[in-house]
Amino acid sequence: MTSRPEHAHHGHDAHGPVGHEDPTHIHDAVELDGAGHRAARARLAPGHMHGPLALEVKGLWAGYPGKPPALEDVSFVVPEGEMVGLVGPNGAGKSTLFKSILGVVRPLLGEVRVFGRPVSETRADVAYTPQVEEVDWEFPVSVRDVVLMGCWRGSSPFRRWSRQDREATEDALERVQLSDLANRQVGELSGGQRRRVLIARSIARGARLLLLDEPFAGLDAAVEHDLLAILDELTHEGCSILIATHDLACVASACDEACCLNRRVQGYGPPADVLTEDVLSRTFERALVPVGAEREFIVPEGNGSAGAS
Amino acid sequence: MELAEWLIEPYEYEFMQRALASLLIVSLVGSVVGTFVVHKGLAASGSGLAHATLAGVAIAFVNGASVALGALAAAVATALGIGYVRRTSRVSYDTAIAIFFVSAFSLGILVISRRSSYTPDLVSFVFGDILGVSRADLLGEVILAVVVVGFVLAFYRELVMVAYDPAMAAAAGVRTAFFEFSLLVLIALAVVVALQAIGIVLVTATLIIPPATASLLFRRIPRIMAASFLIGVASSVFGLYASFHAGVAASPAVVLSATAAFAVVLVATSLRRTRLPAAATAE
Repeated sequence: MTSRPEHAHHGHDAHGPVGHEDPTHIHDAVELDGAGHRAARARLAPGHMHGPLALEVKGLWAGYPGKPPALEDVSFVVPEGEMVGLVGPNGAGKSTLFKSILGVVRPLLGEVRVFGRPVSETRADVAYTPQVEEVDWEFPVSVRDVVLMGCWRGSSPFRRWSRQDREATEDALERVQLSDLANRQVGELSGGQRRRVLIARSIARGARLLLLDEPFAGLDAAVEHDLLAILDELTHEGCSILIATHDLACVASACDEACCLNRRVQGYGPPADVLTEDVLSRTFERALVPVGAEREFIVPEGNGSAGAS
Repeated sequence: MELAEWLIEPYEYEFMQRALASLLIVSLVGSVVGTFVVHKGLAASGSGLAHATLAGVAIAFVNGASVALGALAAAVATALGIGYVRRTSRVSYDTAIAIFFVSAFSLGILVISRRSSYTPDLVSFVFGDILGVSRADLLGEVILAVVVVGFVLAFYRELVMVAYDPAMAAAAGVRTAFFEFSLLVLIALAVVVALQAIGIVLVTATLIIPPATASLLFRRIPRIMAASFLIGVASSVFGLYASFHAGVAASPAVVLSATAAFAVVLVATSLRRTRLPAAATAE
């Protein structure tokens, strides 16, 4: 995959490069907002066919010692080349799900397969981006140092980054437009730039499955749009993405599948089918109503807990 | 040339040469390990590990064993204990350190208290005795320094990844628990390296002040380590001259020289002002 796909600027009919000629990936008509701008990413058309599975979670139970399980019987899939939105309230087990997919939290029961194999055999194909707060931004490393970390594939004493690692890093920096800031200490970056550094780290890894834990948290709409455009490019190159987010509108408009999680999977499937009043109310344990072509979600007055806004 | 004589005279004595050599090693280990200590907020564990060595020092002394080995055993055991309690995460990190620190220190005092006679050797461990560093001490310091610096060079990428983003490091397959324990053990070894020269009470200074000063000037690990080493060496040399010519204790003189460097750099770097673009000031 050497050439960059051009769909980000020319709509979604022209598809990404080699390896992604799958005719089942037919997009909705390109969505235009009021000002005539294209959405950063258009989801696949409802009823699209799935390719092979990048990630398969079957009957997963997981949790921490001495506490009730954080995840109960969780099953869902991320098909190759698709972006799956993971939705749920705080404490629903989203981060635990990521960690048990990665084997960092050991599942109590159930199975996780990444490209059909256990994750311990496919780590090189997976890149994880934790929530920004889990990263020590004050640590004295440069933007380039961080992106290089994505290239780590195994310990052996005295090993340094190889030339391929360095080239992959420069390419990744260029793709997220951070080449100019490569020598900056990471803490000097803005919120949006920080997310781009972490995405670049996943790109440098050459991963085919990206696990993103709330990459949009705290970003303004324009920056979120830019980040989404990068993710869109990646899916068109065949990358599969599982993305946890609180931005329901983004899941509705840009994700190919939605997975609503609150300890258990409350709903999984195309966003239009899943982001319904019924499923969302079960997921968030309070009333949440989709309004106007799935783009907005409101909490109706007098419903749910106090302080509904 | 009076100045030349002033500069050369101290090093005509072998104990001064050994003191300088010892401080060079202490500066090297202190800057390599201290950079992680300062940036991961581990100053308290450095101090705690230093105090915990008293237990090992006292037990070894009473039993006629090698005091340095006693310190080493106590520091490493405490590092592993702190690491274990931290992983079980039932009590907070600084609470764990404090419990180990006061307990080991109490054990040390308890053991010493059974001896009625005053023990100058132990006092030198508490307050440091740079001028009393023997050839054997120096050899021990070199061996520990090789282990510490060698480990950091060997696993530099992993140590940095775990420090910066442990969640991602674990996801990529880095053995994060091993490297978290390793860092604590490295701190323990760095403490032991500096123990004979600087003493239990002041040993944390070698891990904190030079890297903290260097971090005011640079924002990349290799540069911070290099600058920290130079600051450590400069304050050692300065402190030794002060000690020799003014007849003051060497260990605090070295520490206060480093403090002076920190203060100067702190003030100098705070004087850097925000520059307004030319257009904003033009009338």
